[in-house]
Amino acid sequence: MVERVRVRSDMPPGHIRTPAYLRGKTGLIERRLGPFPNPEQLAYRQPATPLALLRVRFTMAEIWGAAAETPTDTLEAEIYAHWLEPA
Amino acid sequence: MNDKTDPFDGRRWHDMGGDPAGPVPDADHDFALWEKRVDALMIICSSKGHFSVDGLRRVLEDMPPSSFDEMSYYERWIASIAQNLIEDGVFTAAELGQTMTDVKQRGATYGDAAHG
Amino acid sequence: MPHDHHDHLSPSGHPFRADDDVPLSYWQTMEIAVRELLIAKGVTTAREIASQIEAMDARSPANGAAVVARMWSDPAFCAQMRVDASAATREMGFDVGPMKLIAVENTADLHNVIVCTLCSCYPRNLLGLPPDWYKSRAYRSRTVREPRRVLAEFGVTLPDGVEIRVHDSTADMRYIVIPARPAGTENWSEDALAALVTRDSMIGTGLPKSPEGG
Repeated sequence: MVERVRVRSDMPPGHIRTPAYLRGKTGLIERRLGPFPNPEQLAYRQPATPLALLRVRFTMAEIWGAAAETPTDTLEAEIYAHWLEPA
Repeated sequence: MNDKTDPFDGRRWHDMGGDPAGPVPDADHDFALWEKRVDALMIICSSKGHFSVDGLRRVLEDMPPSSFDEMSYYERWIASIAQNLIEDGVFTAAELGQTMTDVKQRGATYGDAAHG
Repeated sequence: MPHDHHDHLSPSGHPFRADDDVPLSYWQTMEIAVRELLIAKGVTTAREIASQIEAMDARSPANGAAVVARMWSDPAFCAQMRVDASAATREMGFDVGPMKLIAVENTADLHNVIVCTLCSCYPRNLLGLPPDWYKSRAYRSRTVREPRRVLAEFGVTLPDGVEIRVHDSTADMRYIVIPARPAGTENWSEDALAALVTRDSMIGTGLPKSPEGG
């Protein structure tokens, strides 16, 4: 079963590994990885919560809309679970 | 970077995916000994738990946008390594400052100051 | 393909640089001081730093090329790479460390390319240290938005029917592109195959060399 997820569109300050260009975008889970310690805590020397890490596949059309170079090309990125919600 | 006419939306300079930019430079260079030493110090200090790669990146990202163009890659790295080691209590800023002054007095080039 | 063709490469796979008997900079001074303080406080030793640098210099795109050539030649290794590329490459002596490795395979219909938009994550265990252009603003910014134009700057033009898949190394994975095996290389040895595999072909900004030596 392929799962659709949306990247949260929050804009917090600080060390974040979710690129801004993917925030608010919807994609399909390509594979599940982890758990890995939360880098948002590691960066500040805090004990880090283990998190699932998901590789999410997006279409260029979803990311860039009408401005996409080739809408059917794709992009994959690893997103920590707390940045994803069901879509 | 954000268009200068837009109000700041929280996206910072290092988060540059999708920004317009010029041609990819045909650039490469072998690394100088001091640069390789910086890289080695990062790997050694992180493997011994003094700080993490995320700590390294946090300090790099907190640098002003101009640092990306005005400082070289390993210049930014040694600045971040030094700050992380101060935060970890490995040495104090005063110790680092005094040592740097001593190093500088040894000679005018890297080779002289580093004793090789 | 201007980026992959340097006549004189150092052991680490990068062009040699001029001697740096230039005036001591603030940041070089800091490197010396940090290193001496770390040694004085017993965190590390001069020997440990030197051996770390030796290990770094020993890593070059030849490591990745050996992995690609084995994938082209050995179906069992190929299957192992698809299940757990970190373990498969570790068995060849190329330890990816705490990261995880994913090998992404090019086919007739799919071309993969690697970037790190947030910093400059790179599969160092297989390719050595990244080239300067990989860390440039232009490569980091544009590859996710206009990969075809970026690839064209590297001399790689793909037909519209080939999907481009960009991999943004945002977290704990490291990626290596496995280029498609060139036609006309049947029965070639792994060493001969590895000689066709360029660094850029394993980043996705290049293609393997032609078996005719073109």
